Amino acid sequence: MLSRVADAIYWMNRYVERAENYARFMEVNFNLSLELPPDVSEQWKPLVVTTGDWQLYKSMHIDVEKNKVIHFLGFDPNNPNSIHNSLVNARENARAVRPEITREVWEQINFLYYFVKDGLSKKQWTKKDPRGFFLDIKKGCQLLYGILDSTISRTEGWHFGKIGQLVERSDKTSRVLDVKYHMLLPSVDAVGSPVDLVQWASLLKSVSAYDMYRKKWGKLVPIHIAEFLIFDMGFPRSILNCLSHAEQSIHAITGKEESYTNKAEKHMGRLKSNLEFADIEDIFNHGLHEYLDNFQKELNGVSETIFESFFSLDNFQDQTQTNTQ
Amino acid sequence: MIQKINFDNYDTTGFYDEMIDNDHLIRPHYTVFKERLQKMGWKKLNYLQHSADRAQLSLGMTFNVYSDNQGVERILHLDLIPRIIEGRDWLQLENGLKQRIRALNLFISDLYNEQRILKDKIIPKELIFSGAYMKECEGLRPPENVWTHISGSDIIRDEDGKFYVLEDNLRCPSGVSYMLENREILKRTFPEVFEKLRVRPVQDYSHHLRDMLESLTQASPANIAILTPGIYNSAYFEHAYLAHQMGAELVEGRDLIVKEDRVYMKTTKGLQRVNVIYRRVDDEFLDPRVFRKDSLLGTPGLFNAYKKGNVVLVNAPGTGVADDKAVYAYIHKIVKYYLDEDVLLPNVPTYLCSEESERKYVLENIEKLVIKQTDASGGYGMLIGPKSTKKEQQEFKVKIKSNPRNYIAQPVVNLSRVPTLANGSIEGRHVDLRPYILFGKEIKIIPGALTRVALNKGSLVVNSSQGGGSKDTWIIDN
Repeated sequence: MLSRVADAIYWMNRYVERAENYARFMEVNFNLSLELPPDVSEQWKPLVVTTGDWQLYKSMHIDVEKNKVIHFLGFDPNNPNSIHNSLVNARENARAVRPEITREVWEQINFLYYFVKDGLSKKQWTKKDPRGFFLDIKKGCQLLYGILDSTISRTEGWHFGKIGQLVERSDKTSRVLDVKYHMLLPSVDAVGSPVDLVQWASLLKSVSAYDMYRKKWGKLVPIHIAEFLIFDMGFPRSILNCLSHAEQSIHAITGKEESYTNKAEKHMGRLKSNLEFADIEDIFNHGLHEYLDNFQKELNGVSETIFESFFSLDNFQDQTQTNTQ
Repeated sequence: MIQKINFDNYDTTGFYDEMIDNDHLIRPHYTVFKERLQKMGWKKLNYLQHSADRAQLSLGMTFNVYSDNQGVERILHLDLIPRIIEGRDWLQLENGLKQRIRALNLFISDLYNEQRILKDKIIPKELIFSGAYMKECEGLRPPENVWTHISGSDIIRDEDGKFYVLEDNLRCPSGVSYMLENREILKRTFPEVFEKLRVRPVQDYSHHLRDMLESLTQASPANIAILTPGIYNSAYFEHAYLAHQMGAELVEGRDLIVKEDRVYMKTTKGLQRVNVIYRRVDDEFLDPRVFRKDSLLGTPGLFNAYKKGNVVLVNAPGTGVADDKAVYAYIHKIVKYYLDEDVLLPNVPTYLCSEESERKYVLENIEKLVIKQTDASGGYGMLIGPKSTKKEQQEFKVKIKSNPRNYIAQPVVNLSRVPTLANGSIEGRHVDLRPYILFGKEIKIIPGALTRVALNKGSLVVNSSQGGGSKDTWIIDN
């Protein structure tokens, strides 16, 4: 597969995953804002901190307001990570790899693109209740996952897409946990109060983990929540689950089952092993924030080595003829 | 209550109408379609047109107009009323096109090799060497000696219904994807009509294209790539579409590398050899080492690899020499010279501004003529005399005088018309016809075409960049 094409497939999937996450965050946060008692302020700033867009937001707005945040994260063409831009970029990448994907995949991405464009022109952020819009975005992305799953051959392209999706997903799960956890931690004494429960539940819902967590642990206990989102091998959005599958996809691409042939494979393998051998008690003793912060840095490193190992076109300038057919 | 569609007030005066003759009778090959229209009524027809627009968007059949900002995409409007051509007319076109392409191919080969036609003074040397002639191609013999593998002539019909060629488009013309997708949309729109009419199929185009490309190389399996300028090119949809349909790689110049005069793609698993490149990048951008130094669209060393015979380029570089509008005026001589036949499908009469007597006529009658720049296309660089202002005419006169070689003139041809949906009514709009010709071991013409339609009332310019739309084209046998 062309290196440029592999790169575009990776990013196409990352952007769709990002859009889906943002849409879910918005819907959950909007829901939460409806249930807060009068003395608790709405929590729109933590949402922007979670997504990692706070610096940019601050440079563009002096105050934090619901409509402004919804516009900024959902529609703002000047925010490179807004749902609007993520879907524009996803489609741009899909266009670049059009011959590699099926007609059904293309049509769904294209549909999402026109849907979010329409949302921008209808100024959805000014609506009293934009949840329906974000719900549709989320479902549209999930439908796309289903179409990808059932129409794309499990060749290289599929695996590069999978890696993109999983890297993005584990990044978002770690961010939600990092930011929300620390926001909620001061109230640890008040565990069990109705407000608190609503907030912990919303953290889980932000990463679609509420139902599955409940099934496994029942009670909402902070350390269990952290453990679930970091380590639970059965839950498809936990950090460890994402990395394991991403690692499998890299192996599938290189054709090596257990060994490590290039930097990307090594880096991903190391990050996953570190997680496997980590222990939630230790993490808490050393500080969850430090741990997650470090994880995000490592994950960025993995992303860079994937680029170097597979996508960079400069690799070929000095290379002698290898693997030619 | 069904609001009926009728043609009682449909105006045919002054033009050849493809559907309704001068006595206001429906031409026989349109009767089935007309009955269907009348049965469905306006509401349904409008609904179907709306669905067709949506289908084009969802398929991503969009293009960027050169002057527009990035991100502004338009669809090429598809008008639902098809252009129907009778089998016997088609046969005449087919024979005429095959003859022209065969002769033009021999002409190009001759120009870059023996130059017999110049030595025999059939065509003036100056005309050739002042045009798109590429010295770099001298002495080349592409596989099967085919240069113009893919072409798409623009054909028009005058007031009397007679066919003429307007341009031969020997440099990889675009639009074939619209021919194919328009058909898909119309099959969904008028299934009952298709059932009755036995319209000749076009769907196997991509198979023929692939076969043709494979026939140019000994390599098996052949690695075939389509070279595109990238996603912002106005024809990108088509490049991606054809790659998808053929199962070929879609590459940009930066995806390729030339080593020891062989062309490779940069893949995740190293370099992979490429045997045939269907390039949709113009000659001068192909290789910055040989042509334009500033080109980022091509690949350094590509032309040398081609010259060595290590990769096939489709179409061959250098075909532009016969695409020159001034050279085109010599087609009857070219056909006679190489095939010893008379031209079956004639040109529109053409005045060469490089010839003194013809230039004089052109300058004196500019308001009656269409003036065209010899190396331009896409409806750019032209003046339509009767629709131009005195000031515009004056500007063109200056241009012609300062560079006569660069201009030709033709009488205004009143293109034929086809009924077209226009703001809640059906009115005649002018059309042309672009069939697609494949030339490998033999010449193959797919029985269909892109009909381009000038959507603006009275307009004779059908180019997509200037308010043109398209129609599906049906070839039917009686």
